[in-house]
Amino acid sequence: MENIKDKVAIIGMGCARFGERWDAGLDDLAIEAAYEAYEDAGIDPKDIQACWFGTVTAPAIGIGGTHATNSLKLDRIPVTRVENWCATGHEALRNACFGVASGMYDVVLALGVEKLKDTGFPGLGTGRGMGPVLEARRTSPGSFALIATRYFHTYGLSQEEGKTIIGKIAVKNHYNGSLSPKAHFHNKITLEQVIKAPIIAWPLGLFDCCGNSDGSAAAILVPAKQAKKFRQDPVYIKGIGMSFDSLLPHTRPKFDWLTWNSLVDSSQQAYQQAGIRSPREQIDIAVVHDCFTITELIIYENFGFSARGGAKGDIDAGFFELGGGLPVNTDGGLKCFGHPIGASGLRMTYEVYKQIQGKAQSPERQLKDVKLGLSHTFGGPPQVSAVAILGREPG
Amino acid sequence: MAGIISCGAYIPLWRLARDAMAAAWGRQSLGGERSVANNDEDTVTMAVEAAFDCLAGVNHDTVDGLYFASTASPFREKQCAALVATAADLRAEIITADYSNSLRSGTNALSAALDAVNSSSVHSMLVVASDCRLAYPRSDYEQSFGDAAVAFLIGNSSSPVATFEARYSISNEMYDVWRLDKDVYVQSWEDRFIVEKGYIENVHKAVSGLLKKEKLSPESISKAILYAPNIRAQQQLAKALGLDVQKQVQDLLFDRVGVCGCAHALLMLAAALEEAKAGDTLLLASYGDGSDAFLLKVTGEAKSKDNKRGVKGYLASKKPLPSYEKYLSYRGLLEPQPGEPFRLFPSASASWRERSSSIRLHGSKCKSCGLVTFPIQRVCYGCQAKDNYAEIRLSDRRGTVYTFSLDNLAGRSDDPVIPQIVIESELDNARIYCMMTDCDPREIEISMPVEMTFRRIYEGTGMYNYFWKCRPVR
Repeated sequence: MENIKDKVAIIGMGCARFGERWDAGLDDLAIEAAYEAYEDAGIDPKDIQACWFGTVTAPAIGIGGTHATNSLKLDRIPVTRVENWCATGHEALRNACFGVASGMYDVVLALGVEKLKDTGFPGLGTGRGMGPVLEARRTSPGSFALIATRYFHTYGLSQEEGKTIIGKIAVKNHYNGSLSPKAHFHNKITLEQVIKAPIIAWPLGLFDCCGNSDGSAAAILVPAKQAKKFRQDPVYIKGIGMSFDSLLPHTRPKFDWLTWNSLVDSSQQAYQQAGIRSPREQIDIAVVHDCFTITELIIYENFGFSARGGAKGDIDAGFFELGGGLPVNTDGGLKCFGHPIGASGLRMTYEVYKQIQGKAQSPERQLKDVKLGLSHTFGGPPQVSAVAILGREPG
Repeated sequence: MAGIISCGAYIPLWRLARDAMAAAWGRQSLGGERSVANNDEDTVTMAVEAAFDCLAGVNHDTVDGLYFASTASPFREKQCAALVATAADLRAEIITADYSNSLRSGTNALSAALDAVNSSSVHSMLVVASDCRLAYPRSDYEQSFGDAAVAFLIGNSSSPVATFEARYSISNEMYDVWRLDKDVYVQSWEDRFIVEKGYIENVHKAVSGLLKKEKLSPESISKAILYAPNIRAQQQLAKALGLDVQKQVQDLLFDRVGVCGCAHALLMLAAALEEAKAGDTLLLASYGDGSDAFLLKVTGEAKSKDNKRGVKGYLASKKPLPSYEKYLSYRGLLEPQPGEPFRLFPSASASWRERSSSIRLHGSKCKSCGLVTFPIQRVCYGCQAKDNYAEIRLSDRRGTVYTFSLDNLAGRSDDPVIPQIVIESELDNARIYCMMTDCDPREIEISMPVEMTFRRIYEGTGMYNYFWKCRPVR
């Protein structure tokens, strides 16, 4: 196997305003992100040679690449629709990256778009997975809450202690979201508000759950060697990891609900490619899959940011806050920026890309001297995890 | 001589105080409480419960057939017996039939089972009667009816619980209580006509005919198990038959359960057997479009096994249904605000393919590495061996809660909290993901013991979907 490190660079990115976009359909959202990316890259739409288009919930038997081509008028080029649960945005990026690395294409578009707010109900709906009978009432909060219950039990945390620990993640991400103009939510919240919020799926309350939002994000990728022809501050792909657990966690024998192979594998693959030995020290920013607060907590421990059972200490010490040792979800995360499923992986990558360039949309949350950043999505029951590591300099 | 090899019962967890039903309409309460099937129960699911209670300690493969009796089948066309037999994990090479349309269909099925065993066409037949009749809101029947199921394994055995010594039947045509093909609720004629010309006259004929045929006096009966629409009618009949109401008449279970349609006479028989002594002579009489009377000789004990609850066990295990409105909603008589729409719709062919997992609750045990997984996995999660597994039944095994969540999004609006549970089964630690039912969500904790229960999951594509849930051990 070869290493993807420094073979491909991102020369432009775009991200739509996330939220309840009653004004915008799938096509409008695609246009919003793609045209920002074109402008950022300084390219003409006709320069795009191939597109990977990620979206999850689009109805009907199949939608293929139609929404991408119809909206953007991509002209007679290969367009591939990708879908891989919440990792869809990263899958568009990963496949676009490999398309460039193979030498087949020189300028490609990775596009993630999701329109969630046309269903008439607030969540993702009830009845998930592959089985209409076996998983008839599975919901996302219901599944991720299973992680929290087991985590609290394993580490002997009372309900109050457990909810306090994950509640601090919500407070942090809401603070960061308040500094993100394109985020869905901009309200700062208190720990008390988190703990007293209505329960969605016990032990997770309203503020433990991410926003159900419309949105899109896009990236333009080129071979690393050509990147400086387009701009002086391209961002290099240092590693891409992806792993899929081989059975639904709910029915996986002996599974402890704490060590997620897909999380461990995907991060380790990306670390190895990027040459990262100590992620806690070496990574300057991480934008990870905080679909629920407990998810961000287990990511700390599975990615090696915190020791097993050590997340509490790091959270209490503010290690993952904007001024901390490893700021996580600096743009508000899924929690506040919102989670239009197929767009999220690229939205997270957008934040890392902008931070590396020193161009975060709000100066108050611009980190200093970002060399190496990580974006991550974790999807399904959950079962699939994808990690991208980006860097400022080649080598 | 055909006898009872074993028996089992099922009474739903939820009981509704008749005072609450009466208060809702400003009417007089009949007192006591009635059983109420949960919103995920129907006569099929209750029958499965009773079948498992009956078959505790019995090899399911030895059962040669299943007769299902109910006046409240969830299907107009489609056999319940076949579904109950599959959920009870009986063999496919068996006789199944439904008995319906009459309050007497429970004992009709029993008679047919006795004929099948006596004629040696089968060695054993499982008879399951289950009922959940709907009465008009505000009516006395709404208070007096109850929901329950009962099961008897009939066969030739060297050590039966009881043997059937004689039978006598009466057929009678009249409109006393009935439902037309389009009716939701039980209709009835004037009460005095029903009791005098229907109930008492017909059951009296059947019982006296039986006693005369067997040359027995009423005094020789240890216990008379007399179905009745209410306590007063039962006492009237007992007196007319020359029975001692205090000593010889089996409790109608009216105060604690209610009258459970075609299952009721057999439910009372199961209760009587739990208290009977060897040598007792029992008289069983049903009613409905005539009457069936049976004479039984008690030969053994309806053994109380650890995992068998019987009537006594299920009577003791109960929770109060919080309100009359919940009863109305559970029975579909009041339509609350709908919950979130389902994203996945069932498919008849897909459900059929998955029936071993979803209806029989079979897991796969890998013949290479021994790992047990649910649902059935063709490629082993542990060792990747392909198609090298044995199917094993998980439905009658207990487990413990490994982790859980209380989901406020997934529920019906009349039961908004859905406990999502990951179970670790006592059988090779297999993990099962399901919902918990019949519980107070606030009582759920990790390591809590649970057992499996067959339930109706939801309706879609014109079908009822059944699957297993767990519940706190009753």
